[in-house]
Order: sequence, then C-alpha cells, then structure tokens
Amino acid sequence: MHSILKTSLAALVAAGVTASSAAAQDLSGELNIISDMSNPAPRAVMEGLAADFDALHPDLEVNLTIVDREAWKTQIRNALGANPPDVVNWYAANRMRPYVDAGLFADISDLWAEPEFEALASTKGAMTLDDAQWGVPYTYYQWGVYYRKDIFDQYGLTEPSNWEEELANCQTLLDNGVKCYTIGTKFLWTAGGWFDYINSRTNGYDFHIALARGEVEWTDDRVRQTFANWRQLIDMGAFIDDHQTYSWQEALPFMVNGEAASYLMGNFAVAAMRDGGLTDDQLDFYQFPVINADVDFAEDAPTDTFHIASGAQNMDAAKEFLRFVTSAEVQTAINGGDALGQLPVNANASIDDDKFLAQGFDMLSNNAGGGIMQFFDRDFDAEMASVGMEGLQEFMVFPDNLDDILARLEETRQRIYQ
Amino acid sequence: MASADTNRSWYKRNEIAVTPWLFLLPAMIFFAVYVIIPIGQSFWISFHEWDGLGEKTWVGTANYERLLGWGDQNMDRKFQVSFWNNLKWLVLYLLAIPAGLFIALFLNQTVTGIRFYKSMFFFPFVISQVVVGLVFSWFYLPREGLLNAILGVFGAGPVNILGDPTLATYGIIAAGLWPQTAYCMILYLTGLNAVDPEQVEAARLDGAKGHKMLWYVILPQLKPATFIAFVVTIIGALRSFDLISVMTNGGPFGSTRVLSFYMFEESLSEFGFRMGFGAAIAVVLFFIMLGFITYFLYAMYREEKGAH
Repeated sequence: MHSILKTSLAALVAAGVTASSAAAQDLSGELNIISDMSNPAPRAVMEGLAADFDALHPDLEVNLTIVDREAWKTQIRNALGANPPDVVNWYAANRMRPYVDAGLFADISDLWAEPEFEALASTKGAMTLDDAQWGVPYTYYQWGVYYRKDIFDQYGLTEPSNWEEELANCQTLLDNGVKCYTIGTKFLWTAGGWFDYINSRTNGYDFHIALARGEVEWTDDRVRQTFANWRQLIDMGAFIDDHQTYSWQEALPFMVNGEAASYLMGNFAVAAMRDGGLTDDQLDFYQFPVINADVDFAEDAPTDTFHIASGAQNMDAAKEFLRFVTSAEVQTAINGGDALGQLPVNANASIDDDKFLAQGFDMLSNNAGGGIMQFFDRDFDAEMASVGMEGLQEFMVFPDNLDDILARLEETRQRIYQ
Repeated sequence: MASADTNRSWYKRNEIAVTPWLFLLPAMIFFAVYVIIPIGQSFWISFHEWDGLGEKTWVGTANYERLLGWGDQNMDRKFQVSFWNNLKWLVLYLLAIPAGLFIALFLNQTVTGIRFYKSMFFFPFVISQVVVGLVFSWFYLPREGLLNAILGVFGAGPVNILGDPTLATYGIIAAGLWPQTAYCMILYLTGLNAVDPEQVEAARLDGAKGHKMLWYVILPQLKPATFIAFVVTIIGALRSFDLISVMTNGGPFGSTRVLSFYMFEESLSEFGFRMGFGAAIAVVLFFIMLGFITYFLYAMYREEKGAH
C-alpha cells in the first residue's frame, strides 16, 4: 500500500505539482510535523506526504512525528505549548475553539484568500471561527445508513426514502427476528450520530446548529419532537439489546452475522465490514431518510484537518505544506481506495472508483442542501457534547427518563453558554 | 587558640546539626516538588476557571458551590453519584480482608505442592489491573460471557451487569476484589508464619479450638497484618480508577464514576480541560483521603504508644 502511494505521489511530483508552488523552491531549514494518522493505512499516507514534500524541496528537511490518534486528543495541548511543531493534525469546527482562543493555531486567512483555495469552499465554514480560517481540510467522509442488501432483498425491502417507509421496513425486519440497527454506545459518540440525523431531519440544519451554539433550550418542543421520533424506533426494539456495553467495533458482528440489518455509521466502517467478510454485493448504502418534508437534507461529514501552530519556526514551509496537501492532485492520491479510502475536499480532485465513496460524494455534492454537520462532538461545545452524549445513551436505554435528561442538558447549557 | 576554632570550616563547626538535614534534603525536596507544592497548586487552581491553556479567571468558590450545591444550586449530580460509588467501593472492598484471611488459613498447611497453590492464588495480584478489568468485562458480556453461560445452566435469565446502571458498580468491585483478596491473603500468610506456636499449643491444652482458637488466639496475633491489609484495601478502593476506565469508562451514563474518575474526566479527558472544576473535585477527594490518613496515623501512634 505504501509503495503504491509512493509511486503515485512520485508520479504527481513529476507531473508538476511544483507548478502551483513555483515561488516555494527556496524553502529551507526544517519543517516539523506532528500527525495523528497512526492507523496503518493513514500512517503510510502521512509518511508518503512527508517524503514527497521533502523530495520537492531539496533544501528543506521534513521531520515527521506520528502520535497515536487517541493519545493526540490530549497531547496536542502540550505539543502546542512549548517548542511547538510547525504543522499539526486536528479536527474542524468547534473542536478548534480552545486552540484558537488560546492563540495556539495560526490564522491562515491569507492562504484561504488565494484563488486555489476556492476549490475548498465547501469546508470553509467548518474551518472558520471568529471570521478567520485556522486550518485546511485534507479528507472527509460521509455518514449514512449501511445496510445488508441481501437481507433487504430477502424480505422484499427497498431503501426507504421517508420515515414511514423506514418504520415499515423496520417492522418487517423485526417480524422476521432481525434487528433493524446495530449500534455500540459504550463510548457514547455513536448515539450522537443518531441525534444529529434525527434532529436535522426533524427540525433542519439551522435549528440543529442553533442548538449546538446553545441558542435553543433543550426543553424546547422541537427538541422533544426529535426525541419522540427517535423513540418510535426505540419502542419498536429497532436497536440491538445491550448496546451500552459495546464499542462500535463490537457491534459490527451483529451486522456481519445477519442479526441486524443496518448500521448508521461513517464510511470508515466499510473497511471493517469488508474485513468481517461482507462483500460489496451484500453491502449497500442509503441516505438517512426524510422525516420532515419541509427541511432540506443535512449530512454528517466530519473533516480532518491540518493546522499551523502560531509558534511555528518555519511559517513559509508550513504554509507551502498546507498548499501541497490541499492541491487537487495530492487530495486525489491520498484519498484513493488504496490510501485513506475517503473523500477529497478539493472540488477538482477525483473520487476513487468505490461504490460507497461514489455514492457518498454524490450525496454530499448534490443532496445535502441543508448543510454539512461536523458531528455531535465537534459541533457542540466540548462539555455540552460529553454531557449530551451521556444523556443520549441513557435515552436509548431508558427512554422514560427523557424529562430528567433534558432538564439536565438544559441546566448544563445554561451554565456553559451564559 | 580562638583562631583555631574559627579556622575550622562552617560545616565542621555545625556538622552534628547539619548532617541529618543534608541526608533529609533530597527526600524533602522531592516530597515538596511532587507532593506538597502540587497540592497547593490544586487548591489555587480550584478557585479559578481555566482551560489549561489560556489565562486563569478567578471565580472564588464558584466551583465548590457548583460541586457541593451551596446556595440555591443543587448539588452536582455527577458528584453525588461519584461520592456514593466511592463509599460503595470503600465498604465492599473491605470484604477482601476476611476473604483473604480465609484463603490464608486454608493455605497455611504443609501438603505437597502448597507453594504452587499459594502462587496460583497470588497470581491475580501480579497481573495488571487493566488485564483484570478486561478479563472480567469478557466474563460479564451479555451474550457470550461465561457468567451468563453459568446462569443459563441454572435457568437464570441473562444479565448485563456492566450495562445496568444499578449493577455495574458492584460488577466492577467484584472484579477488583479478585486481586485485592490475593493481596490480603499474602499479608495474612506472612502474618501466620509469625504466630507463636507455643501460644497455640497452650491454648490447645486449655481446650480452645475452632473459631474460638481463631478469634481469641490467632487473630490478636495477626493484628499487624490486619492493620496493613486494612490500609492497603482502603487505598486500593480509592485507586479504583483503572478498572472503571477499562470496564465501563464511567458508564452506562455515568453510573460507575468515582471521584477520581470524575476528576480525570473533567480535567484531562478528551472533552475535559475544565481544570478549575477538576481541581475542586481533587481537593474534595484530598480531604476525604486526609480523613482516612489521619485515622491511620492516629491508630499507628496509639499502637506504638501501647507497645512501649
């Protein structure tokens, strides 16, 4: 995998990525990058990126440090503090807030003003805080319902396009002893995905984001409507039992064994499902169905990003690296099926020939008029997200506790967004 | 000859007084840097609102008001849950002491291979708490777990111990008791080696046997071992962090949090970095621990006074 990527990137270099960065040939010194792309495939991608950038600039020495992805979520604070690197990985939207507020991320609005960056316009909003841009995206992926096509065919079901069809499908599956959805909520965030979708489908993107910003009360009737819709599924028994005990990976076997028919997940789950033995004939994807016909589709599509530390020693090289990773050629290469297997952000990049990526790209480009959500734990304030996801998990197990949960969330909202 | 005295170096003149302090100095410096000063810093931070990066904002006792529910606020719910869970841990963890004593009495005999049996019983204490937690979480799994397989044999319904907010804490305590019992057992085994055989002999001549022998002759001689077992068990109960982190991550919906886990979550976890509030929890936990430590020190002091 590594070598394929390397050769493809090397080919790009030959093809003249340098053309877009003619002014940068005299970069020198060191460029220090800390990356959280620690899983095998992303790691190979990152190492390839660093090596190619190094090769592009003979006088520049690129130093790459790769940190475990989970550990990086807490280590970034120390890394950015004293003796910071030039470039780091992080996430879009509200997740940037602490580092922007503390002045640890460099304002790169000047980069975004360059004409090449118009190709990244779709994520500009997610990279913007306080009217400035603080990083660049390198990949994103769609969320949606992955389902067992063979099971759907067996019971004569089709992809639902609205809530009634969804509930009818689910009833048929349950009547045949198959759970509609697998989910593992031990680490809470998976429940956040369900809330994002049901809330944005019920009340629309603008309402969802207003809720994320703390402008709407959790005890609002519109929020209650979201939970009422969700409860229809819970009361049917649509979700697997004991989901609070499983991680998202531990919930996969239910789908692989055919005990559950579908999974609301990010595209990264496809690789795990294929590893579990499901073929592309058995597996398919549909967009989360319409609940309220008056609101447009909004989709979860979390964006992973690169940022420059405000204390960067080599600002020129860091900016050049950001131009490099956002160029259409590089985005095409690193998001290919043999590399990250995700979606490139650059509109001029091409999508790998993978049916899930193709469907996802089509959905996000043509059928997400409402807006792109970054995900519950990135759109909401960190404390609100942790209290919120705990409440969502409790709701999924004990839906009768809803009043208590909402009161608790509202109390937290009032304290945080006062 | 006054000049001879002044010619001697300052150190030579004060050797007797200074040397003990010199020997104590490294320990004192480390104790101050790693224990005393951080405690003071925690107190200081707990009066602020701070995300660990930017400027601290002085908020006075606001963190404590929120935590303990002073004034018109309700006591922080997570704090309540954590506090009661801590109490459950403290009380139920003490079961390790009688259990350890029982196993030690059972193993305190000379049969072939007793060393092997002893080391097998001690084994759970040697493996990491994280591994213990992992093994028990598999044991408790709702469908594949061994526990439910065993319950199934007796016709009892499947239970999801770690997924049930009323049972999860007890499930984790049971996992923690496994290595803690082994620890108490080894303490009692060494204690039993020191039991005076003549006293046992004398008691036997007086007709003592069974539980009377245990209660009036053996146990008083095991008092030092019991004291140590008590101390390490209390400390163990307050350090229950790793098992909780591995087995439930504080869930389901926060029902298995203890104070130390709550403190970690607020200040250092992925969605945390509310350092002031975390420090306030740490301070409360500090005073709870201080209560125990004072009791131990007092008990030890009384013990030593009694011995003289």
